[in-house]
Formats: sequence, C-alpha cells, structure tokens
Amino acid sequence: MDKRIPTLAEAVAGIADGATVMIGGFGGSGAPIELIHALIDRFLATGSPKNLTVINNNAGNGHVGIAALIEQGMVAKMICSFPRSADPKVFTDLYLAGKIELELVPQGTLAERIRAGGAGIPAFYTPTSYGTDLAKGKPVETFDGRPYVQERWLKADHALLKAELGDHYGNLTYRMAARNFNPLMAMAAANTIVQVSHAVEPGGIEPEQVITPGIFVQGIVEVPHPAQEEELNRADAHYPEVAQ
Amino acid sequence: MTDKLSNAQIAWRAAQDIADGAYVNLGIGFPEMVAKFQPPGREAVFHTENGVLGFGEAPKPGEEDWDLINAGKKAITLKPGSAFFHHADSFAMVRGGHLDVAILGAYQVAQNGDLANWSTGPKGVPAVGGAMDLVHGARRVAVITDHVTKDGKPKLLEACTLPLTGVGCVTRVYTSLAVIDIEGGKFVLREKLPSISFDELQALTGATLHLDGPVADLIVPEV
Repeated sequence: MDKRIPTLAEAVAGIADGATVMIGGFGGSGAPIELIHALIDRFLATGSPKNLTVINNNAGNGHVGIAALIEQGMVAKMICSFPRSADPKVFTDLYLAGKIELELVPQGTLAERIRAGGAGIPAFYTPTSYGTDLAKGKPVETFDGRPYVQERWLKADHALLKAELGDHYGNLTYRMAARNFNPLMAMAAANTIVQVSHAVEPGGIEPEQVITPGIFVQGIVEVPHPAQEEELNRADAHYPEVAQ
Repeated sequence: MTDKLSNAQIAWRAAQDIADGAYVNLGIGFPEMVAKFQPPGREAVFHTENGVLGFGEAPKPGEEDWDLINAGKKAITLKPGSAFFHHADSFAMVRGGHLDVAILGAYQVAQNGDLANWSTGPKGVPAVGGAMDLVHGARRVAVITDHVTKDGKPKLLEACTLPLTGVGCVTRVYTSLAVIDIEGGKFVLREKLPSISFDELQALTGATLHLDGPVADLIVPEV
C-alpha cells in the first residue's frame, strides 16, 4: 500500500463540479494553501471544478487560499461558523450581492457534525443554539429536564487537509494548533487528500504519536515548507499573482 | 455621568473571582484582558477553541508562529504543561461541563440570564463562531461589559431585543459600574462603585435591581 501522490495537480484531479469539499484549518493554521491553489490552477486551465460547496470554519482572508477560491467564482455555498477575518472582502461582497450562499453553524456544532459524519452518527442533540435564530426549524427534545437541538451529520465528497508528517499508509501527525478541524474532516470525506510537510517511510511515525490513522486517508502529497496564509496576507499576496 | 471603570479595570475585577486551578475560556477581544490580571499565587489554565490548553502571553513581534494562534487568530506562546487537541475535543471541553468559567462580552444581558452577544441584527454578514457553544457547559458563565451602550442605553434588560446567543446562561455580570448576580430570574446587586447611588445605578439599568444582603463597594486599582 502506498498512498503517495506525486503532484498537487494529480491530488486534486478527482474533484468534480458541484462537489462538497471540506477544507482543513482554522484561519491560516492548518490551511492547505498549496492544495487549494492547485484546485484554482485546474479551474483556470479547464473551467472545472465549479459550483463547489466548501466547508471550513471561516470564509477566507485576503486573496489567497479559500478567499482566492471564492474570488474565482468556484464556490456556490460556504458552510462555516465565522465568515469574518482581517480581510473578508471577497466573501462579503459576493454574499451581500446574493452570489454565494451561506450556512452559518456554531463552531462546536460544526466540529461535532463533521465528527458525526465520520463516525456514522446521522444526528445528535446539543444544547448549543437552543432558543436562538440558528435553531429555527430544527427538532428540539428534552433530556433530563433540559432542552437540546437536533443537528445532522456533515459529510463531504472530498477533504483537502494539511498535516506535518505523513507515511505511505496515510498515518498523520499535525503541527501545534494546526490540528483543529483536520482530523475530523479526514474521517468525514469519501476522498481525503492531505498535503504533508514531510512524507516519511512507514515506521517514520511512532504508532503512539499517530493522530489520524491512515484508514481515514486516501492520498498524501508532500509539500515541503508550505506557505502560511497569515504571512502571505502580510505580504499582500494574491493568487494567482496579479501583474503590477 | 459618574466615574466608571475602564475595560482593563472590569477585566481586573473579573479576574479576582477566578480560583486557583480553574480552567477558563476568555471570549475574543476585551475578555482576553482578564488573563493579564491573575492574582499572584493562583494559577488558571486557559482554553482556546481552536485546540490549545495552557497557553501564555503573546510572542514578541517577529517571533510569531502562525500554527500557534488563539481563537481570535492572534499568535500565542505555550506554557510548560500545555496540550493540543482537535476541534471536537475542544468543544467537548466546552459543552461537556469541563470548564470552570467562561468570561464573555455582551451586547445585552437579560435578568433571566439570556445573553445577546453575536448579532446586532439582520444587516451585513452573520458570524457566530464559538459564542453559542461557550454559553453552555462552563460551570459559571460571566459577562464583562460597559453598564450602558455607547449612546447611554441600558445593556442589562428585562428581556434582550437583539438575537440571542443563549437562553438563561449568564450567572454574573461585571460592568463598568457594578457586579451583579443573576439568581432566580432577577438581577441581584452585589457591588457598586462608591461614587454612584443605588437610584442612579437603577436609572441606568433596564430591569429592577434586587438586594440580597449588603452591597459592597466596588474598589478597583488603576491598572
């Protein structure tokens, strides 16, 4: 078994028009910038994929990563908890113009819906959002005297993730707080593709150190020295680069 | 208008109620200041939604590692004994009753403990983040806020008029003028600035202030 994929272009080749794509990261930490940009490259060359539903905590920052994906018009709908950032203009303008759909989900509910999707749990009850606008239309049930809101699982066709170490079997470790949604999304997508900063031989990760077991991963592609969204934004980067 | 506490002073007062050994989540923005005012000799462990327990102060400019941030996307540092975990574990800590206290900002608080702190209405792009999760599960949910809005309207009300974050969740409010508990669907005044009378404070509050024993002077150092 060897889940390594030689190039970023091959890693994102299977994502079709209309697909639901989970993208890892919280803000820029754990965001698979190179995989997202490879998807944009494919769109610019072929016109596909488009009409994507993207699941992430945020809705992009600046003009790189998810913001660049949205700016190209590839995203029809965002499912996220916090579509604001230091520079949320790309999403904000399209949203206020009615050109992109938003499903707003409380952050812990978003995480648990994704976890449930990966764990085969179609619905669960949470106290979060009870009595608020975000619970409208959802079933409510009382357990032990307290009301809870029913939430449904969230699954995806693809997940694009970022990890630190990855071996041929797809076992993964994450760097510091870049873990965030990545291990949950790995479980919840039919096709989980991970950019790893270091591809290692089997045995290169101690079994006790594995965070995401390889069973949840379909492919890894090595991207040494990956870009950080925060640093790109501080340099006012755009993707693709704009001619000055 | 009488004297009032600065945001830093409100944060200082809230920090005095955090016990040694407490696990604490501080909301994004003004509540983050509470961490600076830990009383000497007490250790609290701070939780951030994106998967870190036991973080410390901000790094020096130029020493940021952007894989090490808090829920406000600001760079942080680690203390010895810190831990990383994924988002579902992080919110299990929140909803599962494992946090001792969450300290949050507010647009409005109602006398029954309802909190509005995520939306000012239907205009613009809605964003909720972890606000609706944080109001559930912590043993104490405290609010720190100016006593009134920027244009002088009460923020402590009989019922919130803005979209709710959570129902009946707030247990104590630290304002620029007073410390008020929420008990049995009522605001109970515990402390007030010595420079303001009860009647003046009541006039700035949108619901009845109840008394349950003596009201202490709210004394906060310059910070």
